[in-house]
Amino acid sequence: MIGPRNESPLVQGLLITLTYVFLGLFLLLPLVTVFSGALKSGWSVYLAAISEPETLHAVKLTVLAAGVSVLLNTVFGVCAAWAITKLDFPGKNVLNALIDLPLTVSPVISGLIFVLLFGMQGWFGPWLDAHDLKILFAVPGIVLATAFVTFPYVARELIPLMEEQGRDEEEASLVLGAGGWQTFWKVTLPNIRWGLLYGVILCNARAMGEFGAVSVVSGHIRGLTNTLPLHVEILYNEYAFAASFAVASLLALLALLTLAIKNFAQWKNARLLREASQVSEGES
Amino acid sequence: MSIEVKNLVKSYGAFHAVDHVSFKLETGELMALLGPSGSGKSTLLRMIAGLETPDQGEVHLTGREATTLSARDRNIGFVFQHYALFKHMNVRENIAFGMRVRKAPEAEIEERVDELLALVQLQGYGKRFPSQLSGGQRQRVAVARALAPRPKVLLLDEPFGALDAKVKEELRAWIRRLHEESGMTTLFVTHDQDEALEVAKKIVIMNHGKIEQEGTPLEIFDRPKTHFVAEFVGESNSIDVVAENQGLAVWGPLRFSIGDIPAGRRARIYFRPHDVYVSTQQESLQVPGTIETTRFKGAFMELEISIGEGKNVVAHVPKGVSLASGFEKGRHVWLGITGFHVFQDSVTV
Repeated sequence: MIGPRNESPLVQGLLITLTYVFLGLFLLLPLVTVFSGALKSGWSVYLAAISEPETLHAVKLTVLAAGVSVLLNTVFGVCAAWAITKLDFPGKNVLNALIDLPLTVSPVISGLIFVLLFGMQGWFGPWLDAHDLKILFAVPGIVLATAFVTFPYVARELIPLMEEQGRDEEEASLVLGAGGWQTFWKVTLPNIRWGLLYGVILCNARAMGEFGAVSVVSGHIRGLTNTLPLHVEILYNEYAFAASFAVASLLALLALLTLAIKNFAQWKNARLLREASQVSEGES
Repeated sequence: MSIEVKNLVKSYGAFHAVDHVSFKLETGELMALLGPSGSGKSTLLRMIAGLETPDQGEVHLTGREATTLSARDRNIGFVFQHYALFKHMNVRENIAFGMRVRKAPEAEIEERVDELLALVQLQGYGKRFPSQLSGGQRQRVAVARALAPRPKVLLLDEPFGALDAKVKEELRAWIRRLHEESGMTTLFVTHDQDEALEVAKKIVIMNHGKIEQEGTPLEIFDRPKTHFVAEFVGESNSIDVVAENQGLAVWGPLRFSIGDIPAGRRARIYFRPHDVYVSTQQESLQVPGTIETTRFKGAFMELEISIGEGKNVVAHVPKGVSLASGFEKGRHVWLGITGFHVFQDSVTV
């Protein structure tokens, strides 16, 4: 690796300036625009826009979809990471690769998958219709699409961490007489808690901001199947710029909050990883 | 509690980690499983503990079949190679773990933890975390943790492997004392022959998943049964010879009487450096040689002696004898072999 010391001060300065310029142009400026756009017509317009019933409903739906997705994917992520790192079974590598599928597939296609599955022309469509069950263009579809897209985040965060930690402590717990459940709560979970939190936060951030997949399955019914990102788009298309920016600023605030918590969890997790590797180095 | 394994087999794909192994360890014995890395000794130990499932064969604990019993129900104390202490728990919590998960009364747990901290000489370290301990201290916590639920058997996987020489020495003596005081059936895995010879009362030597020899340290050292044991345990001069008539083999000026190996068969002879008798004057049955190198090994000197025809013999001579006799490079000496082992090769010439 080329260390920064090998570069001349000029190149160093250039690189640093370039990074800041890019950061400012592509990240900071839009963020400022969102908040200035939201507050351009004053606080009263801003407050009115975000307290509108349709906006409030979109907030509720977004929180619901994100909440359910995070819950499902946390349980799944822990199970998958446990299975992949602590057990040996056939097809393990395939499972490990498949987990990444939602990351590599375009969200729009993820949404289409659900249309193909649950739409009137889809596999389960007629059956669902006969039993008067609504998935597509309804809340369950939105939750499903969100969960699908955010599926890998927790597992991806946990697998390297649990691999690094190995199976020793679980085996020790087992021979000391603990059951699988006790071992999980008393040994595994405390060891992965910061990585898990980090994964959950990433998963949540992605779930709240999901647009593509949700857009396909939602049907854009105001006050019914609109999430925050979809609501922003609708308001914008209706030339309600101040309102659209106001709602967008809510999402931006959520993002900033997530970033803060994420950094804290990451810092904690990195410290644990370092300790884990130090311990194993000291022993070998 | 006795341990008996019958015909244990464990393979990973085409690799036979443990290949039809049987042995028995009586109640109260202290045994070492000795072998090079990859010889299957750790896998064997893990199968006894219930951490690996054998492909074939049986594990008996106290005379009862335990092959299908899960690790948690075997009531075995296991000390892991890298200790496997719970990082997020302090020393007290680590030691108490086995009793807590078995729902022992809290007062009893506290009492037992104090007792064990005293036993492993770590009073005052109870509140420390594993990352704040030295290797030797971690190892002792691992032993205390394994002993806490009062197991009937103690299994240790390379217990001294990761420690420096001085700490290793102390812990060896400590483990031996612990065994003498508790009388607990103890089985440990090691690749270090000195460790096995010094600590164990009985040794099982493994190679390529099979048992090469089983016996007391003295038997193993003095009467190796196979090539492998002769080479692996202790230092040896090894020479290849072809049997001649009347049970004789010749190697340079040296003559060996190798018994009933038919003439024309290949054989390998092992003799230990301390079984080479070196003197400055000719005595009976000795051959001449010249000292090529001397190496100071502490209590003894290691001499490499050329006996002509490009053949060299390594000899160990007590330091005092060496100094008194003036053994140094270039010195002409006389040597004789006082003890050797011979193994017939299966291939004829």
